[in-house]
Amino acid sequence: MSETNETGYTAAHRKLEGKSALFAVLTTVAILIGGMVEIIPMFSTQTGPETLPGVTPYTALEVAGRDIYIREGCYTCHSQMVRPMRAEILRYGEWTRAGEYAYDHPFLLGSRRAGPDLQRVGGKYPDAWHYEHMRDPRSTSPGSVMPSYSWLHHDTYDPADIQASMRALKKVGVPYTDDEISSAPAAMAAEAQGIVGRLTQAGVSTEPDKEIVAVIAYLQRLGKDGRAAIAARATATPAATGAVAP
Amino acid sequence: MEYTGASGQHEVQYDDAVVKLFLIATVTWAVVGMLVGVWIALELAWWPANLGLPWTTFGRLRPLHTNAVIFAFGGNICLTGIYYSMQRLLKTRMFNDTLSRLHFWGWQSIIVAAAITLPLGLTQSKEYAELIWPIDLLITVVWVIFAVNFFGTLYIRKVKHLYVAIWFYMSFVITIAVLHIVNSLAVPATLTRSYPIYAGLTDALVQWWYGHNAVGFFLTTPFLGMMYYFLPKIAERPVYSYRLSIVHFWALVFLYIWAGPHHLLYSALPEWAQTLGMVFSIMLLAPSWGGMLNGLLTLRGAWDRVRTDPILKFLVVAISFYGMSTFEGPMMSIRAVNSLSHFTNWTIGHVHSGALGWVGMISFGILYWLVPRLWNKPLAYPAWATTHFWLATIGIVIYTVSMWAAGLTEGLEWRAFDDAGQLKYPNFVDIVHQLQPFYWLRLIGGAIYLIGALMMAWNFIKTVSGSAASRMPAAVPTAS
Repeated sequence: MSETNETGYTAAHRKLEGKSALFAVLTTVAILIGGMVEIIPMFSTQTGPETLPGVTPYTALEVAGRDIYIREGCYTCHSQMVRPMRAEILRYGEWTRAGEYAYDHPFLLGSRRAGPDLQRVGGKYPDAWHYEHMRDPRSTSPGSVMPSYSWLHHDTYDPADIQASMRALKKVGVPYTDDEISSAPAAMAAEAQGIVGRLTQAGVSTEPDKEIVAVIAYLQRLGKDGRAAIAARATATPAATGAVAP
Repeated sequence: MEYTGASGQHEVQYDDAVVKLFLIATVTWAVVGMLVGVWIALELAWWPANLGLPWTTFGRLRPLHTNAVIFAFGGNICLTGIYYSMQRLLKTRMFNDTLSRLHFWGWQSIIVAAAITLPLGLTQSKEYAELIWPIDLLITVVWVIFAVNFFGTLYIRKVKHLYVAIWFYMSFVITIAVLHIVNSLAVPATLTRSYPIYAGLTDALVQWWYGHNAVGFFLTTPFLGMMYYFLPKIAERPVYSYRLSIVHFWALVFLYIWAGPHHLLYSALPEWAQTLGMVFSIMLLAPSWGGMLNGLLTLRGAWDRVRTDPILKFLVVAISFYGMSTFEGPMMSIRAVNSLSHFTNWTIGHVHSGALGWVGMISFGILYWLVPRLWNKPLAYPAWATTHFWLATIGIVIYTVSMWAAGLTEGLEWRAFDDAGQLKYPNFVDIVHQLQPFYWLRLIGGAIYLIGALMMAWNFIKTVSGSAASRMPAAVPTAS
């Protein structure tokens, strides 16, 4: 590193190297620009993610299931993002629109598909399939490398805990009413009872407060609003479903 | 013990005790982080290794592995290198010894908290930012302690001009603070659970702005800074080009921050943001290779020593892997390539050529150079360092090649059509099944790499606990 014969920007930079505070300020400016240009427009309706009318917030039981999905790290192997490509649409269903994630705090797009995408898994299998799959994945999907999640069938969720979640979610912008939050335990019990009823019909017996019931509620919800909203928009304006990349 | 370095007219007592603490933590967490990596590699090859317990499933251990390797191993080696080199580059002791100790113990307590909470399933789910909000607050406090100590040391420096290593360290201190705070903004629901203030794709964009720049400013800039300090010292050659170091520093820190959206190509993120991410990722190749070339060309005239010196071997291969993975990254950011590589094991191979190749190898080289100097004892088994180098290199090659093969296999089969225009492999699990041989190969590659790291750890234990007489030359403080 020769100190001699410095001209132009190297001489100017040598001066800057003597001023540590200015150096720190310039570094801060340099690293702030890109992030600001990309992130700030996300909060504008013109330049940010598009919305999709018809997508509604998760129910209390689904919030409980989503919390368990996060706890178990399901997103480390399963994505929730169908790409606009023919092979993906054939395998999974409609490609994912931005508005489908409107109430996702945090987002759960995932970065790896050790297992299949789950964006459109809602309604794809009966409740009893999920119950068995979580207990022993190989019983429903021979050759699967997924671990068994048998504790979900024994452990219970706490409705008061979910009310705390809903209050926090309300603060970050999910439009839950105070009524919905205060009546959440009753709503959860009713929704859980419906799942338990369907499981009973399929010959599976469990109680409504088991974690597996909440997980089934969440998985069966995935992608449903989006699918309905996309279908509704397609009948209204046929051109809106276009723009599929090869 | 502490070294005394001559600094102009007066002597400087460097705080090397804290450097030793960071170094011991580095080696410890390296072994732990890589061991968990080998374990979860086994879980993918052989699912019963999940043990049927909630705390040991892949979904809970994978974040433990990434956090341990990035923040525990990677973080501690950066702090080892920074605390060692910045005192010598600025010819002053660190600003405040208490802050140095608080920084060390604070950082280790964060790691221990992560190691307890992640297997318990306490997570925010954002990659490399999984730790729950109380730990996030602790990280903020510890980072402020670091920043005060860092800028305090700059303030009391005895050398007017900041050497290039310091520029890179500075970008690390500043950028990680910004990334951590913005990405972690959340509203707590309970003591262990919170929800980010951002929703959906905005949350995803903020996260990958954070996530990609954790690679850029946690696993790249401090390591480039260490390259600029340790490589010229070890090779006994001046840095190749001062001009190049200026240009590639500013280009790197400015361009890196834009690249995050390449993690969201083909998502429903607005098109303009995806395109910006792709374009800036491709541009990033230039300053990345500027750093690689400045490193490799610094070795001009010293290449004969690469044949005999295992430390230089580690550094040369590290810089080469840096060049390789910073070429692969921009390529994978091109939409057409990304449509094949995204969601596959190719990405896993890519990050490991960076993590095992660049971060791991340069760290090992620096550690082998530092331990005999800090403890003033010759290495217990010098030949083992060369063996470690070859194990690490072979391990990486097996790892990346098996993951490339696995990634291409699944990427191509996910999109394969039969003659009738239907999916050729409609059953996802059939494709999973075909990956098993590659998962086993990857496990072998990773295990070989871990064996090398264990040899290094044992070598250091015997070196430090050995009674060998002081045969190392006294360290001479460096000048820029």
